Parts: sequence; C-alpha cells; structure tokens
Amino acid sequence: MVAASAPVRHKRGFKVSKRWLPYVLSLPALLTCIGILIPFFTAVAYSLQRYRLSQPWAREWNWGQNYLNFMSDPAFWNTLKVSLSYAFLAVTLELLLGLGIALLLQRRTRFNNTVSIMLLMPLMTAPALAALMWKLMTNPGFGILSYYASLLGIEDMRWASSPATAMFTVVLVDIWVYTPFIMILLLAGLRSLPRQPFEAAELDGVPRWFVFWRITLPMLTPFLLTATLFRVIESIQQFDIIYAMTQGGPGDTLTVFQVEAYLNFFQSTNVGRSAALLMILWAITYFLSNLFIKNWLRLREKARGEA
Amino acid sequence: MYGKEKDLLHSFVNGKISRRGLLKRLAVLGISAPTAGVLANAVATNALAQNGFDWKKHSGTTVKLLLNKHPYADAMIANLENFKALTGMDVQYDVFPEDVYFDKVTAALSSGSSEYDAFMTGAYMTWTYGPAGWVEDLNAWIGDTSKTNPDYNWEDMLEGVRSSCAWNGQPGGALGSEDAKQWCIPWGYEQNNLSYNSEVFSKAGLSVPRNIDELLETAAAAQQAMDGGYGIGVRGSRSWATIHPGFLSGYASYGEKDLNVSADGKLSAAMNTDVSKEYHGKWVKMIQDSGAPDWATHTWYQVGTDLGAGKSAMIYDADILGYFMNGGDNAQAGKLAYAPFSANPESPVPTPNIWIWSLAMSSFSNQKDAAWYFMQWASGYEHALFGATKMDFVNPVRKSVWADEMFRDRLNNSYPGYVEMHDVSAPGAKIHFTAQPLFFDLTTEWAASLQKMVAKEVPVDEGLDQLAQSVDRQLKEAGLG
Repeated sequence: MVAASAPVRHKRGFKVSKRWLPYVLSLPALLTCIGILIPFFTAVAYSLQRYRLSQPWAREWNWGQNYLNFMSDPAFWNTLKVSLSYAFLAVTLELLLGLGIALLLQRRTRFNNTVSIMLLMPLMTAPALAALMWKLMTNPGFGILSYYASLLGIEDMRWASSPATAMFTVVLVDIWVYTPFIMILLLAGLRSLPRQPFEAAELDGVPRWFVFWRITLPMLTPFLLTATLFRVIESIQQFDIIYAMTQGGPGDTLTVFQVEAYLNFFQSTNVGRSAALLMILWAITYFLSNLFIKNWLRLREKARGEA
Repeated sequence: MYGKEKDLLHSFVNGKISRRGLLKRLAVLGISAPTAGVLANAVATNALAQNGFDWKKHSGTTVKLLLNKHPYADAMIANLENFKALTGMDVQYDVFPEDVYFDKVTAALSSGSSEYDAFMTGAYMTWTYGPAGWVEDLNAWIGDTSKTNPDYNWEDMLEGVRSSCAWNGQPGGALGSEDAKQWCIPWGYEQNNLSYNSEVFSKAGLSVPRNIDELLETAAAAQQAMDGGYGIGVRGSRSWATIHPGFLSGYASYGEKDLNVSADGKLSAAMNTDVSKEYHGKWVKMIQDSGAPDWATHTWYQVGTDLGAGKSAMIYDADILGYFMNGGDNAQAGKLAYAPFSANPESPVPTPNIWIWSLAMSSFSNQKDAAWYFMQWASGYEHALFGATKMDFVNPVRKSVWADEMFRDRLNNSYPGYVEMHDVSAPGAKIHFTAQPLFFDLTTEWAASLQKMVAKEVPVDEGLDQLAQSVDRQLKEAGLG
C-alpha cells in the first residue's frame, strides 16, 4: 500500500489595494441592495401601468391613473381605514398587555424566568397556523371559546363570521401571537434599567405609581418605541392571520392592504392595481418608520444632553 | 395467463362480450372482482395500442404535470403504469393542496416557466390563462388525426361540459361558439344539486324541496328537527367560489345573467334586476334563517364535512360533495340521498352551473405533442372508465361512461338516486357565467355583497344596486364597459 502524501499547500496572499478595499467589503451589501431595489423599481413601473395578465393587449403606461382611481374608489379608502385600524388596535393592546406582563415578571426569580420563557410559545407558532387553530376554537358549533362565551351568557357569538366581531377576533389572534414579542423586549429593557434612580426613589418614599410614570416609563420609552416600530410595520402588513381566518370578509370588514394586493395579483391578475396598492403601503410604512426613528433619535439626544 | 382467460379478454376487446359479462365469467374462473377490473383495464389499454395509432412515437420522453390534490389526480396516478406501458413515456408530477394550487399555477405560467407541460385547471381559470397566452388552443391537436388516436371520440364528452371549456377570447363571447378555442379538456365535473340527510328528512317528515320557496321552508323545518345542527349548507366565504355553485345554479334557473353584452360587445352589470333582487332576498333569508352560524367563512370543505358529520340537514352545492360524504368514515355515511333541483317553480328543469376539473397544456412546454399524448390518454374512455369504476373519478365527462352498466350499478348500489339526479340535470348543466377577464374580481365582490346582505349591513336592493354600480365602474376601467 502506498501512503497517500498530503497535498502541499502554499499560503497565497490575496491582496486588495487600499483603494478598492471599501468597495470589496461593501459588495455583499451592494448585491443585497440590488436584490431589493430591482423588484422595488419594477413594482414602481408596474404601478404606473394598466397591466392585467388576462388582458395583455390592453397593457400600456397610464402613469398615475391607478393612483388616481384610488381617490374615487371606496374600496381603497376602506382598505386604508381597515389597515390603520387593525394596526392601531393590535399594537396598542399588545403594548399595554406586553408592558403589564413585563412589569409582573420584572424581578429575576426562577418562577418569573420560567414563565417568561413559556409565554414565548405563541411567538414560535406560525401566524397562519395560529389563525387556523383559532378558527377551530372560535367555531360557533364546537369551538371551545364559543362554549366559554355561552357560559358567560354570550349566545350566538359568531366571531370572525360576523362583521360586528370579525375585527375583534383577528386582533385577538394577533395579540395572542405577538404580545410575547413586546413582553420579552420590554422585559429586557426593564431589567437593563439602572437601579440607582429606583433605589433613591425608594429611600425617599416616592409612591410606586409616581415611580412608574416619572422614572420607569420615560426610561423605557426607547424600548417602547422600538417595539412599537417593529409591530406597527408588521401589523400594517398583516396578511396570514386575516386571510386564513376570513379572506378579508365578511363583506369588506378586513380587506387590509396585503389581502387586497394578494387577491388583485393572484386572483384577478391585475398587476398594475396590486403594485400600486403595495407602493402606497410602502409609503405609509416609510412614513411611520421615519416618524418612530426620528423620535427615537430625539429621545437619545435628549438623554445624552441630560447626562 | 391461461387460455380461457385470454379468450375471454380477447372477446371483450373485440366487443363480443360486455364488461359486466367479462367480469362475471372471470369470477367463475376464480378471478376476484378487483383483479378482474385491473385485468380488464390493462386489456383495454392493450386494445388502444392495437388501434393503428403510433402510441410509441414519444417513447423515452418525460412529461411533467402540475396537479391538484384531488381524487381525479389520485385515479390518474393509480393508472399511470398503463400509460407508461402503452407509450414508453415517463410521467413526473408535483401535487399541491388546493389552498395553494392556483397560486402555484399562476406563478409558474406568468413566469413563462417550461417546467410543466400540462396541468389541472378549472374552466374559469382559462379565461385568464387563454388571453394571456399561457395555454394552448387544443383544437389544433384534437382535430389532427396524426396526433390523436382514432378511438379518442371527442364527441363522447358531454356537450355542455365540452363547450364550457371553449371560448373565443372575446369578453362576453359565447362559450362553445364556432370560433371558440378549446383552452382545456374536461376531465371530471361537478353539478350543483341537493344532497340531503334522508334520516333527518324521514324523522321530520320532510319531502324533497322542488323550488326556492320550498327550499327555504324545508331548510327551516329541518333545522327545527335537528339537535343543534342547521338546515342548509351553502358556501359563504369571501370568494368567487361562493357564487358559482348552488347560488348561481338557482339564479340561472330564472334566466338571470351576471352581465349584459351589448351589440357592440360592451359589458354591463345585470344582477340588479327585479327578479334578481327577489331571488337574492330569498337566498339571503335562507342563510339567515337556516344557514351555518359561521356561513361567512364556509368554503366547499366546511359545506361537505358538515353534511358528512350530521351538522347540516342538506346542501345545495357540488353533487360530488354528497358523493364523498356518503362513504368513508363519515358519521352520516349511507344516509345521504340526492335530488336534482331548480329554484324557479316555473322552470322545473335544473340548470346547474358547473365546475370542471380540466387538463390544459402550457404554452411554454417544450414537448407539446408528447404532452398531448398524455392528455388524450388521461381524458380518454379507458382511463375514465377505470377511474369511475375502480376509483372515485366522479363525475366523469364522457357519455359512454355514464352509460356503462357497471358504473351505474356501482352508483345505484352505494349512492341511490345519484345517477337519476345526474341524468335529469345533465342536459341543462353548463357554465352560466359570462366569459370575460374580470370574472374573479366581479364574482369575489358579488360574494362580499352577499355577506353584507346576510349580515344585514345593507338591504338586498340597495346592496345589488351598489354592486352593479361598482361592477360597471370596474368594467369601464378595464375598457370592457
């Protein structure tokens, strides 16, 4: 048997001149940007066209006509109203609940740590699966939640099937899935706050509600803003929970942007209208993100100035 | 194989004995019914190979299919080895559940992908795919004797079903017109009629309703008689699929239309006539009084499973839901019965709107002739009979299969009344919608309007006027109105 000789490896230096180094290092980021920007500008172009896959002969540039059509289209204004209402309701309630739970679990004990980990479980569930699970639980015929509602004297509760309770039902699912996200973020924030102001307040006998409003909440604001930013961006783009539970119905109760855009593209093959809807959603998201980031920066500057 | 069996099979192939006769005699020779069925199918496939047509022309070629998870696809897959043996071709396929199936088809076709040669589709979808240039006009193959085997017998397909898959591409153009393009080949289809729980009906002393007024009364009475169930199951989700089954079948029985087509080809809404308003009013009342409490989220799946589980007394929906729920491990298996239905008391002949699972050929396929070989086999008589008698390939689209004694006996034994229902309804069964590219937009909005009416968010008259206004605006925007 002949012993295999190990290949001789020569170290080769791959030199990049200092002039090119910044470009080489930023190349992956540049490629990623291109991967985002090409679809973005393609969508912009589509949104400026009358473009329906089922009417290829009618495809033409109509420039802003898709957007102008929205102005006189009640369905669009309903979509805007529903999307903003959904985002506002879901995020507000999640913030309140997330903050409340985080405050309850603030102290580092074995029990609190275990509970905080267990509460993350819904976040591990895919929202579409959570929606299907809730669809079963809220079934008026055999759903466990319908049964509990009947025990409370609420008969004939139709949950997502009724326009009166559909928004409540999908927001409930959103809260179940995403409150843990806010809770864990705020819990990390609460536990990272400096102890001195709280100790000083305790020594001075400051009431607990005053400590909460004047010390805890202001110091927690950057965390609250971060959590709100993430959740607002995500909830205004909500699709899976709503589509899996109601497909946007009953009627037009839950026709949020993503559901409308999805149906416009995949069902109606109306590429132009679908792209225009998504561009408006992008503009809203951009505006809200900027608003939050500016406020976050302002708070940071303020904190530095006071330090 | 022994001599006697061989002789029998040859006699069958040569038409000297019937399929029933063949199976009886094979049984006498100790061959079990399932084995005999498989043998008969294999022999029939062999017979195809001997009809002078060059089935081996594309031997060695592989075609790829995109399939929806469905008993029709299961039947085809179960019989695929016969196709491979007949042609020397190979077949690959991807199967997707219906929830995502049509998204996958749209994505594959709109990207111009040549991955799939043929795929399952509904006839309505071809109103998008055809004008978009994604699917082939199959007339070019059907009429070509060098590419289509002499036993294919295109005329054997039910007329209403066949023509429902053909459209000239002009918005508002009549289905099956002289200049129509055959965008797809019908494979299996669904009529919309009544399937009801005979036990509930007999306990409550109910008779089968014959028109919309009786339907409302019977559904309400059945609901009273049931313990916690509801009277009638119909679809209600915010989708075009809510409009096309029972709802449109009843609507069509009054001669009502979805759209008007003017002499110059312009389209306009037609669903806010007085007759339509009256029909909508009755339909809405029926759901409010006797429909599922969560009707607004009901798709075909909930409609079917509720009937099978004994939660609903009857459905006015796809007949094959009643078929499937009458078997398997469904709680009400064996208790379901069937009846043809016309909503209009003055027109007792049913006019079921139909859903057709069809086969279409991708325009991006690189081997269209080979794909056609598969399509003609899959939609041919031999496979249809195999599927109908050995699998759950109901409803077949071939008249000859419906005439087959074995098939009729099978249905009559296990699904009493099904054959009669089909036979009575078949002459009026077709697609009653106006073919046009905005089909999905307008019918989805129609479903959303129905939901608003049922929820009492808007009165029926006002809701239909608003719907007609919106439909007209959308047609104008698309250059069709």
